Amino acid sequence: MSLYTFPFDSAEKPEHDRLGGKCTSLAIMTSAGMPVPPGFAVTTNAFDAVMNQTTLHDQIAGHLKGLDYNSPDEIDRQATLIRELILTQEVPDAVRDEVVTAYRELMKLCGGEVAVAVRSSATAEDLPDASFAGQQDTYLWIEGEHNVMEKIRECWASLYTARAISYREANKIASEGLSISVAVQKMVNSHASGVAMTIDPANGDRTKIVIDSSWGLGEMVVSGEVTPDNFVVDKVMLVVVNRIISDKHEELVPTGRGGIVRREVDAERRNSPSMSDDQVIAVAKLAKAAEKHYGSVQDVEWAIDADLPDGSNVLLLQSRPETVWSQKKAEVKVSSPGSGIEAITKSMLGSMNLSKDK
Amino acid sequence: MSPRAAKSFPSPYDTKTPKGAEGWQGLYPYNLIFQENLRKQEEQKFWFCDSQHWPNVFKPFEVIGVEYASRCLGAYNTRHYIIPPANGIDFRIHLGYNYFSPVAVAPELIGDRVPHFMERAGHYFQNWGELLENWKKDVLKNIEEIKAINFEKLPEMVALEDIKSGKGKDPSVQLFDDYDRLISLCYKNWERHFEFLNLGYVAYLDFFGFCKEAFPGIPDLAIAKMVMGVDSVLFRPDDELKALAEKAVKLDLTAHFVVGKSAAQILEALKGDSKGAEWIKAWEGAQDPWFNYTSGNGFYGTDEYWCDNLDLPMGYTVDYVARAAKGERLHRPKDELHVERDRIVSEYADALDGEAKETFNGKLGLARAVYPYVEDHNFYIEHWTMGVFWRKVRQLGQLLADEGFWGNATDILYLSRDEVRPVLFDYANGWAVGTPAIGPSYWPKEIERRTKIIAALETQRPAPAFNEPPAEINEPFTVMLWGITTEQVQQWLGADESGKGGLKGMAASGGVVEGIARVITSPDQLGELKQGEILVAPVTNPSWGPVFGKISATVTDIGGMMSHAAIVCREYGLPAVTGTGKASTTIKTGMKLRVDGNQGTVEILK
Repeated sequence: MSLYTFPFDSAEKPEHDRLGGKCTSLAIMTSAGMPVPPGFAVTTNAFDAVMNQTTLHDQIAGHLKGLDYNSPDEIDRQATLIRELILTQEVPDAVRDEVVTAYRELMKLCGGEVAVAVRSSATAEDLPDASFAGQQDTYLWIEGEHNVMEKIRECWASLYTARAISYREANKIASEGLSISVAVQKMVNSHASGVAMTIDPANGDRTKIVIDSSWGLGEMVVSGEVTPDNFVVDKVMLVVVNRIISDKHEELVPTGRGGIVRREVDAERRNSPSMSDDQVIAVAKLAKAAEKHYGSVQDVEWAIDADLPDGSNVLLLQSRPETVWSQKKAEVKVSSPGSGIEAITKSMLGSMNLSKDK
Repeated sequence: MSPRAAKSFPSPYDTKTPKGAEGWQGLYPYNLIFQENLRKQEEQKFWFCDSQHWPNVFKPFEVIGVEYASRCLGAYNTRHYIIPPANGIDFRIHLGYNYFSPVAVAPELIGDRVPHFMERAGHYFQNWGELLENWKKDVLKNIEEIKAINFEKLPEMVALEDIKSGKGKDPSVQLFDDYDRLISLCYKNWERHFEFLNLGYVAYLDFFGFCKEAFPGIPDLAIAKMVMGVDSVLFRPDDELKALAEKAVKLDLTAHFVVGKSAAQILEALKGDSKGAEWIKAWEGAQDPWFNYTSGNGFYGTDEYWCDNLDLPMGYTVDYVARAAKGERLHRPKDELHVERDRIVSEYADALDGEAKETFNGKLGLARAVYPYVEDHNFYIEHWTMGVFWRKVRQLGQLLADEGFWGNATDILYLSRDEVRPVLFDYANGWAVGTPAIGPSYWPKEIERRTKIIAALETQRPAPAFNEPPAEINEPFTVMLWGITTEQVQQWLGADESGKGGLKGMAASGGVVEGIARVITSPDQLGELKQGEILVAPVTNPSWGPVFGKISATVTDIGGMMSHAAIVCREYGLPAVTGTGKASTTIKTGMKLRVDGNQGTVEILK
């Protein structure tokens, strides 16, 4: 068991105090059969070790002592100094070693050096909440051990932005015992991607999962710029019951450096299925798991990652409740309601397009 | 799909007779062959080959099975229950194989049949349990009567007590009477065979139709899994052998079960073991009725029944003992099958509300109540009744062989059942008059001639169908039982082009497996099957039970969701693709296959 890191697919129970909100949610989703892009948390224990095994904690306390919260300039000045301290503080070896090990494990899983996203994962109201979108630090397309470590420190430092300091003061949140976790997660390299709905939107049939899929990133599927392949999966039996393979003329692909290029799909792939049946079923399973987890019909964004091995390359990007059919009831057509001889007669004739009253 | 695909199958009048089979028509009843003067009307009908039940060429006596089965099926549809849209299924024998053509009711006549159907079938559904009880009693009584028949050589003299009691009849009366009763009792149980079967399907189809409506695109397999039982008596014989194998291991008798030894040798060895008696008692206890079981399907006179050839069940047992000794779990995963079934039912039910949910539960309840018959009857009729029946036919064949009419007991099969009656008279006549019967100088040559014809017919596989198929095949029995759908027929018409990429059939039992093919065209080859191979056959039989513990998937030429292969594979949790039309001729033993029982596809990998 590691103290300072926690892989999202760990068999251990994720503790919110150690992982923060974001990482806890990623770990729970993974264990519930909704694999998010693989990665690990740098736990609050790591932050605490940096704070308490060095003089950092005391130094920061010194900067905050007697701070004039009515002076934005003063807050700003102290915040900058504190962040500077955090960014330059030597990280204890035990913490660094564990983070490096976890990072290398992740790279191994991805089959080589790939880019990651580094994000802060707050534990409570220590930071402005989600309504302050964009406040939480997110660094995309980060490559290399050194750079990743840098960004982790920046996430740690984000606890002490001027805004965060003012926020805590205004909400009477003690600065003592503050901590933060950091998520290090693989950047998705979409080979194919799309959306999945855990209902047939055509008729409200709740025993189907309908999947749209195209090459590259999913944006073109969502925006309707490309006609995706369409798969209908029986949700109970998890088998493909219908498929329409479309002409997918364009795709968006990541350049690997944060950029995205839009390009024409080569002739061979245009009319080929963007997913194998096994992958279709993997997406369906993931969508079914999301529906079960959230207890309602879901609209799921997913991707197949080109870097990950088969069997663990279907990833969930986002899941949200479906809104259209959840509002109304599906009309199930029953042409021979009830059971017994009356119903049997009716359905026997009906199956041959005959009517009993003819 | 292909622009060159034909619209029609050849006419049976234009087929080629294999060399040496000329005159084959004479072996079969006149009313079962395509008569030249009826060409016009016969060519109007679409005929498909039922190689599911009759994969091999009929010997003349064996026609009894198709005649009794088809006639009785027809009678229940047409005359007992007045099934509104469907009469019987017409049948013909062509080049030794059986062809069916379902007879629809003219649309304008359907309405009038409805009230009759509702009253008659309704009565059966309402009194199902009681009527079925009655059914079982009568079927078993008929079996007992057949069993009691004993064909014996006519005595040198009429018994003295018959003279003294003034009986006034010699044993030929009994001989003729026994033969007539044998045929008649067989007929009676075939009548019973269809008493519940069609109604079982009708109830199943009601639920089936509902599911297709409520859950558009639901796989047929899902519906089958919701209805099917897990404890059919059809699986009991195989389960008995597994239990015996486990008992052998428990009693520490493993060493006596040596591969290649006969049942007699193994039993002899067991007698010398202190714990052997206990096992032998269990072995004997299992035989009645569970060894009334054939590795064939009951339609062929040479089908070997376990109780007549104990080497068969002992061979399987030896196999099981070896596996049980290694700690392998032999029994079908019944608990898992139950759990899986409950999961499927509840997930579909959860997607419905209100009236739809009630209807789902009601129809499923009825289908489940009546469905066990669909599986169980096979043991009572095809296995038990026919097992005893054929044993008696062979006993008579042996008697006549002993009297010089022919060489072997099974030579009797080269005569039709109606030809045997005059032979008995010939025999009794010679006996009475005191001269040799004529048969011994007539039949050996005739049987030789017929044997050659049958052998010549057997060199050729049957054509899948004749004449132009209907635009749409929606007759429910045809689809359910034989897996013959509009799409399937079109694929047969597409012919040779599809052999390369793969084969398409019914997704009869779920799962995906890759493995090595083993093509089996006769039960004698079953011993060649190796652990983990994929069984490829024109048709399989539930009584091949023991091999299903060995193989990893099944592919057949013919058969629908309700075919024996489909049922047994679902019971064993193996992938199955049925009704591919030509797997056994396209696939060769040793090829690597990918069988997708969810999609109904078979891919030849190399």
